[in-house]
Amino acid sequence: MLDKNGIAKRIAKELKDKYFVNLGIGIPTLVANYIPEGIEVEFQSENGVLGMGPFPFEGEEDADIINAGKQTITTMPGASFFDSATSFNMIRGQHVDLTILGAMEVSEDGDIANWKIPGKMVKGMGGAMDLVASAENIIVAMMHTNKKGESKLLKKCSLPLTGVKCVKRIVTNLALLEITENGFKLLERAPGVTVEDIRNATEGNLIIEGEIPEMILN
Amino acid sequence: MIRKTVTNATEALLGIKDNMTLMLGGFGLCGIPENAIAELVKLNNTGLTCISNNAGVDDFGLGLLLQKRQIKKMISSYVGENDEFERQMLSGELDVELIPQGTLAERCKAAQGGFPAFYTPAGYGTEVAEGKETREFNGKMYVLEKAFKADFAFVKAWKGDEAGNLIFKGTARNFNPCMCGAAKITVAEVEELVPAGTLDPDHIHVPGIFVQRIFQGDHYEKRIEQRTVRTKQQ
Repeated sequence: MLDKNGIAKRIAKELKDKYFVNLGIGIPTLVANYIPEGIEVEFQSENGVLGMGPFPFEGEEDADIINAGKQTITTMPGASFFDSATSFNMIRGQHVDLTILGAMEVSEDGDIANWKIPGKMVKGMGGAMDLVASAENIIVAMMHTNKKGESKLLKKCSLPLTGVKCVKRIVTNLALLEITENGFKLLERAPGVTVEDIRNATEGNLIIEGEIPEMILN
Repeated sequence: MIRKTVTNATEALLGIKDNMTLMLGGFGLCGIPENAIAELVKLNNTGLTCISNNAGVDDFGLGLLLQKRQIKKMISSYVGENDEFERQMLSGELDVELIPQGTLAERCKAAQGGFPAFYTPAGYGTEVAEGKETREFNGKMYVLEKAFKADFAFVKAWKGDEAGNLIFKGTARNFNPCMCGAAKITVAEVEELVPAGTLDPDHIHVPGIFVQRIFQGDHYEKRIEQRTVRTKQQ
């Protein structure tokens, strides 16, 4: 089974040379720590920075330079700042190649819910609705089940949707899956996880074809 | 040169009335018009509708207006950092319209640029699109979103000149340029106000035509919401 860093590590292997990537809050942020060697990627943060770097050294933080999670950050050589409308032109106009974000639920046809639990949690969608409606390539990073042990990979989402038919791939603590016309296609198992474990934790239609390889993380 | 300078926040906010619609720049607490907010707290107007990406934290930013129940309605994309906000919303005291962040930015830009409405894919198939016109272009579905209408826009820039030209710093830019000229009156506050001719016209982010009043803020706290650092060894 993977921990949060393991999920981030596996997603990082999906990064390709020359990709512009938007990372959501939570596990996706960790992906920046595992960029494969020999490729050039730039991270976009929708509050208005392209070429985001690591956290600043202590004492060097600048209140005017933050990411969309409101964390203090630095910039890389070649970085740029811009306003929010320009930022979402990059996203809506599909100039950003890959979006990695968290989710509360994903359905077998690629719907995603991650912004609201009616009557309980109302934080808002932030940029997630723009991102999922626009991005060509969307990878969801999340735990396979919720705190109650219920599957987050469903036939239909029960929570208010963030976007419809948009998720391409999902990396969970148990598996790497792809959304296909017929449901969640199992591509890889997390280390030490059996196909049966994944089947038991998946409510939506799970497609298993042939031998399912175990993930290689390094 | 058409001079836009006013002496202070008090003069800059002349004309604010109850029940007005205000735009406020900033992302989280980054690049918020701290001095205009402090003045709004003093003026104590109520029934305000505030268009702002976030709602501050409990004791800073728009949270200060929420504490005093000055806000009737918030139009925002993300409000997760404010317990008082969540309490007022869940109890029904506060009317809240949550909208996608890119849509929020573009509804400001549309107002600035004279577009009544625009189509965006954001929110299609979700409750955000309920009751709105949708339309297909090139095989993809879009939602019709309308330009905002606001009485005042309050923005914060790093430097500005007497003509109202603005330059921003870092990610404190965010929604501020989008809101300039998007309301009947745009009030810009800056950390440093310089004489006209000091700023290089090639370096201006927002031309002064979009700004009606400009003043230098008394003080900027620039509070950091999430102080994240690494140590030298890493």
